[in-house]
Amino acid sequence: MKDYKGGRGVGRGASAPDEASAVREHGAQKSRQTNEVQSYLSHHRKVAQESIQRLRQSPLITLMTWAVIGIALSLPTGFTVILSNFDQLGANWESSAQVSLFLKHEISEADARALAQTLKRHPMVADVAVITREQALADLKKQSDLGDVLGYLDSNPLPHVVVLTPTPASANSRSMASLRQSLENLNEVDRVQLDMLWVERLFAMISVIERGAWTLSLLFGLAVLLVIGNTTRLAIENRREEIVVVKLVGGTNAFVRRPFLYTGLWYGLGGGLVAALLVTVTLFWLSGPIDVLAQSYESGFRLSGLTFGSTLLLLSVSMLLGWLGAWLAVRRHLDAIEPT
Amino acid sequence: MILFDQVSKRYPQGHEALRRVSFHIERGDMVFLTGHSGAGKSTLLKLMMLMERPSQGQITVGGQNLNRIPSRQIPYFRRHVGVVFQNHQLLFDRSVFDNVALPLEIAGVAPREIGRRVRAALDKVGLLRKEKMTPIQLSGGEQQRVGIARAVVNKPPLLLADEPTGNLDPELSSDIMRLFEQFNQVGVTVMIASHDLALIANLRHRVLRLHEGAMYEGSMYEGQLGSKPPVTSLKQPTNRGRSE
Repeated sequence: MKDYKGGRGVGRGASAPDEASAVREHGAQKSRQTNEVQSYLSHHRKVAQESIQRLRQSPLITLMTWAVIGIALSLPTGFTVILSNFDQLGANWESSAQVSLFLKHEISEADARALAQTLKRHPMVADVAVITREQALADLKKQSDLGDVLGYLDSNPLPHVVVLTPTPASANSRSMASLRQSLENLNEVDRVQLDMLWVERLFAMISVIERGAWTLSLLFGLAVLLVIGNTTRLAIENRREEIVVVKLVGGTNAFVRRPFLYTGLWYGLGGGLVAALLVTVTLFWLSGPIDVLAQSYESGFRLSGLTFGSTLLLLSVSMLLGWLGAWLAVRRHLDAIEPT
Repeated sequence: MILFDQVSKRYPQGHEALRRVSFHIERGDMVFLTGHSGAGKSTLLKLMMLMERPSQGQITVGGQNLNRIPSRQIPYFRRHVGVVFQNHQLLFDRSVFDNVALPLEIAGVAPREIGRRVRAALDKVGLLRKEKMTPIQLSGGEQQRVGIARAVVNKPPLLLADEPTGNLDPELSSDIMRLFEQFNQVGVTVMIASHDLALIANLRHRVLRLHEGAMYEGSMYEGQLGSKPPVTSLKQPTNRGRSE
């Protein structure tokens, strides 16, 4: 009658049913299923609370563990945030890619403007501007110290230039190469200059940094596992006696493991919060100089910090790592403790 | 309730703790297990709790052949055997109440039910007023009674005790024994390992004796060891305890 989860009790299989215990157990059988779920949940709640209580009993160790995990997680987190900022910046740069068409000398300004009108209808072109040779010379005089030298020239050596801005969809190296090809075949065009190379180099660098960040994340994630694993191992040693008693009175391995897994979860959560705090503070500290830098480039760029979503992701990952670290330690050390 | 059939236990170091031990204990019996230290009493109790496995022979407890219980089922089996330890095995970092509640918590009993049953068990051992204390605040006899309350709180049909009076003076010891008799009177099968021969002699229950790993049947009135041949088979009925 009285058997828990597949437990075949001593009372079962006996010849004469014990009347007294039959009466006793009749009440317990009533609505047992709902009771079982209820008491399972309340047990989980209790274990969760007790494990927090235990962490509070040794605040220094808890804070130090959180700090270690937080620092370990803040590095990959910070890297990821900076990379996402780069991506945002890179998107701006990519759309600012331009193609300059240096026209042949004999082409008149009117012809240049006509060409510009034609090119504007090209599907890969978003915008067209014409820089006349007079304008170009004036700019050159203004921007450089060559003003005096340029004054000695008999005639303007500069050609008219048509500047194309490609549509965002075609602002990638492959489309640009084909666009360049077709532009070079135009009669009016002397030379085509593509301002894409440095953007490509930038993206190559970003992908190198991205891989670095992934490697860092893996290594530091491993470090977090080891830290929590070791802390859990010590906790198991401290509670060895209790584990023996629990096993003697019928505690399953799952029951014995539970408090340690919850402790791991809380270590992960605390560490994740520390990491989020560290990254936010660091980004805040960096945002001043970066604003100054962005203004000097006349860019509206602003450093974006941890979003709500990425904070949630960080906390989930750190809790998962905490749980996993505890689970590994528990698996290795705890199941081996048997009463003797 | 308990059936040992030609059970031997040899430890890896080569020490043979039990040699072809056979006996039968009926449901509702109260039995003492005696013998010098090292005679195999602890080993016998460990076998019944599945802390050890026999090298040979069959053990049946409550109709279940222990050899057929896989390791992961052991916890569920143990929930139906109450055990009292000589060193109490109490947890000193929690209250008397929490110590007694542990088996119920493990078995997944609802919190309200736990309170009721823990207090009933503490009442039975006379410690209801000390539920909030920690075991360290209690005397040795009181600690042992907490251990007994924990062993019976789950209402197990079988109660095992390993030297439950080992560290207690005679008066406290007989108190403890009376407690065991009370549980026995409501139908619990009780087996007590003890070397306190004087105490056992006063209580007229069946006595099993272990000597160098072999089992002898007999009460204290029959003189010294070896007054009867070793019990190695189940042919002779050995139900000398109280019958129902």
